[in-house]
Amino acid sequence: MSTPKTLFDKVWDAHVIRHVEDGPDVLFIDRHFIHEVTSPVAFLGLEGRGAGVLFSGRTFATADHNTPTLNQHLPVADPLSANQLAALERNAKKYNISHWGLGHQKNGIVHVVGPENGITLPGMTIVCGDSHTSTHGAFGAIAFGIGTSEVEMVLATQCIMQPKPKKMRISVNGTVGKGVLPKDVILYIISQISASGATGYFVEYAGDVFRNMTMEGRMTVCNMSIEMGARGGMVAPDQTTLNYLKGRELAPQGEAWDKLVPYFESLKTDEGAEFDVDLTFDAADIEPQITYGTNPGLGTGVTRQIPLAEAVKDGAASYKKSLQYMGFAENDSMLGKPVDFVFLGSCTNGRIEDFRAFASIVKGRKKADNVTAWLVPGSHIVEAQIKEEGILDILSEAGFQLRQPGCSACLAMNEDKIPAGKYAVSTSNRNFEGRQGPGARTLLASPLVAAAAAVTGKVTDPREFI
Amino acid sequence: MAYDKFTVLRSTAVPMPIENVDTDQIIPARFLKATERKGFGDNLFRDWRYNNDDTPKADFVLNNPTYKGKILVGGKNFGSGSSREHAAWAIYDYGFRCVVSSFFADIFRGNALNIGILPVQVSPEFLEKIFAAIEADPNTELEVNLPKQAITILATGESESFGINGYKKHNLTNGFDDIDYLLSMKGEIEQFAATRPF
Repeated sequence: MSTPKTLFDKVWDAHVIRHVEDGPDVLFIDRHFIHEVTSPVAFLGLEGRGAGVLFSGRTFATADHNTPTLNQHLPVADPLSANQLAALERNAKKYNISHWGLGHQKNGIVHVVGPENGITLPGMTIVCGDSHTSTHGAFGAIAFGIGTSEVEMVLATQCIMQPKPKKMRISVNGTVGKGVLPKDVILYIISQISASGATGYFVEYAGDVFRNMTMEGRMTVCNMSIEMGARGGMVAPDQTTLNYLKGRELAPQGEAWDKLVPYFESLKTDEGAEFDVDLTFDAADIEPQITYGTNPGLGTGVTRQIPLAEAVKDGAASYKKSLQYMGFAENDSMLGKPVDFVFLGSCTNGRIEDFRAFASIVKGRKKADNVTAWLVPGSHIVEAQIKEEGILDILSEAGFQLRQPGCSACLAMNEDKIPAGKYAVSTSNRNFEGRQGPGARTLLASPLVAAAAAVTGKVTDPREFI
Repeated sequence: MAYDKFTVLRSTAVPMPIENVDTDQIIPARFLKATERKGFGDNLFRDWRYNNDDTPKADFVLNNPTYKGKILVGGKNFGSGSSREHAAWAIYDYGFRCVVSSFFADIFRGNALNIGILPVQVSPEFLEKIFAAIEADPNTELEVNLPKQAITILATGESESFGINGYKKHNLTNGFDDIDYLLSMKGEIEQFAATRPF
């Protein structure tokens, strides 16, 4: 009998073309996503060495990081952003790469449009010059972020060279309580193991909680794998995965699909396969989460107090610097903290379910006067769903406006910047200093916690409204 | 892109004893709008280094003339967050060739190696010794010896070995990159691609 393998081993091993002695594996890449920010220098490099794109059909381009979220029909005002968008379009055209630029009906955040159009499939290797590429692991793919040198590498050779990471399994068993979303599950895990707790590992998420999650939820979880240092995270494909993908425009259709199903179904960790680290959590311990510091590991239950310095894994000096930046103190209660901005969106929480959750709380209520809210769908397809399902009407009645798709205030490359010193409850993935604008203070949370803050103007337990 | 070969580096070092230095601090997103790789060093640690009116913040280490050199010494979990290679470019462009920490984020480590910056991971104890040595004398020199895989505090002679795989070591000491290697096996890659189910 052959040695039991993990899901990760099965997919990784199937893509190794060569193992370099005392070095990395040469890994074949099935799908490569590019965007305007991390690709231009890669194309310049390609030209510098006189190389071409080896398999243009395996690369997909979309514009998202730098795009405005209002008036997308007008020319992009910022000349530097416009220049990057033009470079992406030019490079895509030159090398015959599919390009969903600004205004294209399939345009949106790269990690939203890949899955929703069926480009992402179980068992694939997927890379992109963006650390949240880990999102695609929700489908049982090995997906991770790369640097620009590697973007050039994949364009030129469809391969990258990586040492095989170690393996970690994180199981969450039981049933989550009322008002607890996938975002809370992953924020809880990160708060337990720290922002570097999975560095050097590739994670498999297992257990009842992930098994019972929708694909949108699994994407939220896998998206934030990088926030605990993991290169990526994955969930074994099951019927939920296949139901989501079947019939999506760029997924294999008909007989081609049917032929792949047995392979997809084989992608699970064998009984007895070993992990370097195996962690288990109890779903009952998870309440709606919120972060209070400047890395995603500094989070806690929304009803709790900010921990004392001696109780956290970061060094005391770094921890105190973090709280000072946030304008918070040890032992402060999070409930009731004032909120100036609410951001719903990003590759973490910019999908239809996130808007449904947000709407479930603001329905019949009004946006707090002291809150500026930016609601940014992850793609035009999500935007269309919001309208079709009547969610836009609910949002409008409550005093909210919907913006156009893009990465927006998650990284504040475009005009959507939180002003210095202001507090933003944000459904995105990073609360680093200045991440949402110079001096901005970010509190990461789920769409429900964001909605509760948006209608009360302060940090609020969303369970009060459910 | 070609980079300087790395063999033995002897230099004073800049201490930054802060944990979880993420790539948004190294280079904030609003400076990622270039389509060419140049000038990123000017915005290295932009928001820690400059006030909103672009005047330097006196208490930040890069603005303190006491500390200089080609080696940056950071706290645990250096380079976490975004995959932006611009962070490594900014560090290289500013003039650093080596970053020392007790722990690196994976993507940053890979990006650094790909552009000719050597990430040297030392034990937490040795990191403290380096910080203490620089505090005692900012002119103290470190020697980073890649062929011997050793880092030494020259003033005290204390030394520790560091890990790097043989392939990457060979690349760095010769100025080679992965793309050169992969282009040489193009036929093998094309054969493999033909076997993929999707």
